[in-house]
Amino acid sequence: MSASRFPFAPLAISAYTATSALGRGLEAHLEHLHRAQGGLRPNDFSEAPLPCWIGRVAGIEQAPLPEALAGWDCRNNRLAWLGLSQDGFLEQVAAARERYGAERVALILGTSTSSIHATETAYRRLVADGRVPDELQRPEIHAPHSLVAFVADALRLRGPALTVSTACSSSAKVFASAERMIRLGLADAAVVGGADSLCDSVLFGFNALELVSRQPCRPFGAARDGISIGEAAGFALLERTEAAPQAPRLCGYGESSDAHHMSTPHPEGLGASMALASALQRAGLEPAQVDYVNLHGTASLKNDEVEASLVTRLFPASTRVSSTKGYTGHTLGAAGILEAAITLLSMQHDLIPGNLGGDAPDPDCGPQFAWRNERRQVDVALSNSFGFGGSNACLAFASARFAA
Amino acid sequence: MNGMRVYVEGVGLWSPALTDFAALQACLEGGLPASTASKPPAALLPPNERRRAPESVLLAIEVASQAVAMSGRDAATLASVFSSSHGDQPITDYMCTTLARAPQELSPTRFHNSVHNAAAGYWTIATGCHAPSTAVCAYRASFGAGLLEAAGQVVAEGQPVLLVCSDTAGSGFLLQMTGYTQPFGCALLLAPDAGPATLAQLDLAPTPASMIDSAALDEPLAGWCKSNASAAGLPLLALLAGNGGCCRVAASDALELELRVERQ
Repeated sequence: MSASRFPFAPLAISAYTATSALGRGLEAHLEHLHRAQGGLRPNDFSEAPLPCWIGRVAGIEQAPLPEALAGWDCRNNRLAWLGLSQDGFLEQVAAARERYGAERVALILGTSTSSIHATETAYRRLVADGRVPDELQRPEIHAPHSLVAFVADALRLRGPALTVSTACSSSAKVFASAERMIRLGLADAAVVGGADSLCDSVLFGFNALELVSRQPCRPFGAARDGISIGEAAGFALLERTEAAPQAPRLCGYGESSDAHHMSTPHPEGLGASMALASALQRAGLEPAQVDYVNLHGTASLKNDEVEASLVTRLFPASTRVSSTKGYTGHTLGAAGILEAAITLLSMQHDLIPGNLGGDAPDPDCGPQFAWRNERRQVDVALSNSFGFGGSNACLAFASARFAA
Repeated sequence: MNGMRVYVEGVGLWSPALTDFAALQACLEGGLPASTASKPPAALLPPNERRRAPESVLLAIEVASQAVAMSGRDAATLASVFSSSHGDQPITDYMCTTLARAPQELSPTRFHNSVHNAAAGYWTIATGCHAPSTAVCAYRASFGAGLLEAAGQVVAEGQPVLLVCSDTAGSGFLLQMTGYTQPFGCALLLAPDAGPATLAQLDLAPTPASMIDSAALDEPLAGWCKSNASAAGLPLLALLAGNGGCCRVAASDALELELRVERQ
């Protein structure tokens, strides 16, 4: 396929990385996927933990930030730093900064709750002791931009810097913003991705909405009864394809709004199907050309019902689909980048990850579902991310061999 | 760095002292602001939604509907960018206080209203809009960063985009951290081409931050700028209300936008 067939110039994903309950870096993720071994564990997070399972990244508490960045210390920024430090990502960004200049590398990250955990901690101290200790009186960590401001400092980037916070589609939508900036010549490269860490706001918030399962989540399972919350950080470096001809490509994206309800998806998946159609259209692809779709698949009753029906309507059985939230939990604002990374791994290692947690599948799921791992060449793949407020995003990726 | 040109077709504005764009124009012509509005009317929302909606949503919806009404465009077709440095501080204050005292009592409605894209959600639901919508922030540079994102969408996609930038006043411990002593919201309807509804041509040129405070606004505007991060849009709004001219707004720690306004 030549570039001229695209109504949209694809971008090279010249580096990427992910850190989640499956471990630090891509190798840990690939290993768990190959062995079909998930990373959820009983909730041990809050002072009085709810009886549920979580996708917790081990060792954040023992991993303070480097001295020069210590002013940014909080759980979410520690997780982001752990994430940035894997797979040679820091070195790849440094090289891009050298190549293009610090002003020419945009930074666009998604997060849902950013460093709210630090604000929760400040309030706990306020309620218990009547005052917030000095070390928690840092205005910049009590703001949703904390993650991007920290990463801009850590990577020494001086270009456009933006936080996207659209709940669970946040770190998918960053790819769209970055593509536009590069297309317009506002930047030559972009670091995209995001980080969301465990906090009481989401654990007790989703619990109040009765959306949390007491068991490890079972996406698309017949008896599924809610999500498992997880945390993750992931990043990708986007450049024009000339800079990395062998790298996988971002070849399309679609964004839409449900215009239906703040915390329930549209019953016919109207917004989701619009995002998907827009991603395919930008990429110049037909549904039958898609080898794999990493589904949003949260294990909530409604999301999975709507998404399974969308798959049945749109794709032939040759398109394989699965949710990987059974491995990692729902990492909320980081789900977009984490699942983009898993999708890219699938493409680079010819592995369709099985839908963990679907041992007793919902009978509404069609023949497209990969319940177990499958070996298969993946050249074109999509990743779905849908969020509260009816915010939908779909990303389209292609291998370099397909794009050649 | 490449510049961009867009056309302003509508302006929305709400703060306790200025409840629309006409009030800003009157204020700049020497009139005293009528200062006592307490709550944005947000008349576009159905009454039950208006009761449920938090303060940040009422503020954003109010300025968004003003800008769209001025442009004469159909809200259901418009892509939108909602920017806010801190989202809804009263809700964050409520959530963190409740989590510290009795986490199991957290309100599910206030939780789903706490997402940064709550205003975008309520707006798209109320207007039946399926177009892309995003919610962004960039701390004190949230206005400029939102403007860069919105103008970028206008030029890259060749479509009009609604930009909203708004922040509630601070609340509790958060007020100590933000210093936002009053709410402020503004909105711009930006289009790719000049047309009958065009108020002004707006050129944006990203440049490295100069560290020079270029907002040569008189009181009371200068004071309002300090009272809320979203009021960083006031220098541009003042040019749109007057005879055009140039100003700079921050788009990140390291980046500014040089803005040139030509009234049409």
